[in-house]
Amino acid sequence: MRLTIRDNADQVAAHVADYLVARIRAFDPTPACPFVLGLPTGSSPLGVYRNLVAKFQAGEITFRNVVTFNMDEYVGLPRDHPESYHSFMWTNLFQHIDIPPAQVNILDGNADNLELECQKYEAKIQAVGGIELFLGGIGPDGHIAFNEPGSSLSSRTRAKTLAYDTILANSRFFENDINKVPKLALTVGVGTVMDAREVVIIITGAHKALALAKCIEEGVNHMWTVSAIQNHPLSMIVCDEDATLELHVKTVKYFKSIEMVHEQLIGKDRMSLGGSITSMKGLDKTKLVSGELSPIK
Amino acid sequence: MLTKIYNGRILRDHQLVNNATLWIENGQIKDGAEVFWSEKRSPDRIIDARSGIICPGFIDLQINGAFGIDFSEPTPTYAEDLRRVSRGLLQHGCTSFCPTLVSSQPEVYHELLDYLAPRSGSLDQGAEVLGAHLEGPFICPEKRGAHEPATLRTAEQGGAQAIIDCYGGLERLTRSARILTVAPDVPGILDAIPTLAALGLVVSEGHSNATTAQAEEGVRRGARLITHLYNAMHQFHHRDPGLIGLLGSPLRPRPYYGIICDGIHVHPNSVKVAYDAHPRGAVLVTDAMSALGLDPGLYSLGNMTVRKFDDRVYLDGTETLAGNVVNMIDSVRNFQRFTGCSTVEVLEAATLHPAQVLGITHRKGTLQPGADADILILDEPDLAIRQVFIAGEEVTDI
Repeated sequence: MRLTIRDNADQVAAHVADYLVARIRAFDPTPACPFVLGLPTGSSPLGVYRNLVAKFQAGEITFRNVVTFNMDEYVGLPRDHPESYHSFMWTNLFQHIDIPPAQVNILDGNADNLELECQKYEAKIQAVGGIELFLGGIGPDGHIAFNEPGSSLSSRTRAKTLAYDTILANSRFFENDINKVPKLALTVGVGTVMDAREVVIIITGAHKALALAKCIEEGVNHMWTVSAIQNHPLSMIVCDEDATLELHVKTVKYFKSIEMVHEQLIGKDRMSLGGSITSMKGLDKTKLVSGELSPIK
Repeated sequence: MLTKIYNGRILRDHQLVNNATLWIENGQIKDGAEVFWSEKRSPDRIIDARSGIICPGFIDLQINGAFGIDFSEPTPTYAEDLRRVSRGLLQHGCTSFCPTLVSSQPEVYHELLDYLAPRSGSLDQGAEVLGAHLEGPFICPEKRGAHEPATLRTAEQGGAQAIIDCYGGLERLTRSARILTVAPDVPGILDAIPTLAALGLVVSEGHSNATTAQAEEGVRRGARLITHLYNAMHQFHHRDPGLIGLLGSPLRPRPYYGIICDGIHVHPNSVKVAYDAHPRGAVLVTDAMSALGLDPGLYSLGNMTVRKFDDRVYLDGTETLAGNVVNMIDSVRNFQRFTGCSTVEVLEAATLHPAQVLGITHRKGTLQPGADADILILDEPDLAIRQVFIAGEEVTDI
């Protein structure tokens, strides 16, 4: 797992958007072999979507050969309700970019048969060859998508009852009336997310600091479902300084030092986007032993 | 052709919405989300609004003519003349209008009204004709303004039926007319208002010496508009403010008021007074005469010889104003300058409010899905017109 720390939420958003654009371009998707992207809703990805839209409008990226799968959707909320995740994705991303509508997938929370809807969703992900990169956020209680604390870490797409905490938190979007908040959602499982070939999680703000610490400094635990990321072979958490407040100083310094070694001693051009060293050619290996790093901030 | 306009500030739900897109197809506004999710279609054409304001086209409820053409003047080329004006108005951002006839003899209505029946807007036909505004002849002689005294009538004999007959009968009237300006102090008018309103006509009070009490009685009976507020009505007196007193009326809803914003026919401060009293009632009208849109110079119009300047027109050799020559976009800019209102408010006074007067907000004056795609793209902050679309087609010669 990589932990990339940036000064603030804006820099986190810019970094993640740059990374996604670089990944999609490097993948060089085609109609036959599209880039399959998992997407979240909520406050965490807003800045990323803004950056992606700007990059699209600047001609830096096209989504013509991208297929998306969203994480979740409320059950029973009309699709055109302003708080539906269809509306969120339309408002913040899809209306602005060139993705063909047929390549956009979001769970239908108004399906007659919810179980079947979830099964079909999993099957569809399989049919396009699995998800190349799943982008996610995290709740203050460590949940990913609507996989509330206590969800199975090998769960698949299913209907899920929302935790009371989540209903309370969401009531701010529903006229502060908890009776208007949907109580049920369809959500991809923790297992569905972790099956993606790469997982990128955005964590910003002091209110998420405890969740970050629980997810990466303690054991894999279904009460902090993002902790499942510890078992993922290719994952990255991008967080801001505020979100590191509950981490050990040692943890923060370690992850910062990795980035510095990579950048200052090895060089970005010898690193893959995923963070591995692709070539030692021409590298002065003695520098890796005796090279000096600037002090860690 | 499915068109998406992006990168603009869209006037929607009483605000300018950043980072939204506007979708158009077959001459109408589409619900982009619905097209995306249900029909799964992508736009065929994408237009960059370059940070401009995107708002509905302006609606002029009172315009007597333009480009040398007077709507009240029967001519052999009337239909073609109407089309010429309709096309010309697009360059001012006016995408629909009520051609207005001043007080005339019945034969004139019988001859002209059929030409003024509602007709859709298009690149070829120009701005949409919403139906005629019949200003008179049931108005007060003392407040007739430039109307011909010999044409004026009362409804003392025959009531509403006499009015309907004057215009050429029920069918012709309801097919072609949308607004009737009448004076509630003219005998028989107050009693006729409920019948006229029930026909679906907008009854507007104007050219009148009415007391505030008479004016309010007219509103109770169905009048919904005041014709060019301050002009051709008895002036504000604190003991009886006349029609102007409707601004402060406790009646709900209060009537809308047409207001001329050339800065000449109504003093800027008077515009501000009206706006402050009743901001949601303001309806910008040009009340323009045939010299609107003509280059400065000397013209023979009807039986007048007039000298046209940029913003005004005089009877030649005098300083007597011969009418208004302000266009809609200049009225909009003037109104904002005079009142200090927000951009949303001034745009709504030229789009939403007139559509509300006519009860046509489902297709005009808003950018809701299903509305006609009459759209302006304006620069900020000077509100210069950059692009005009009529029924979804871009007007190129603006």
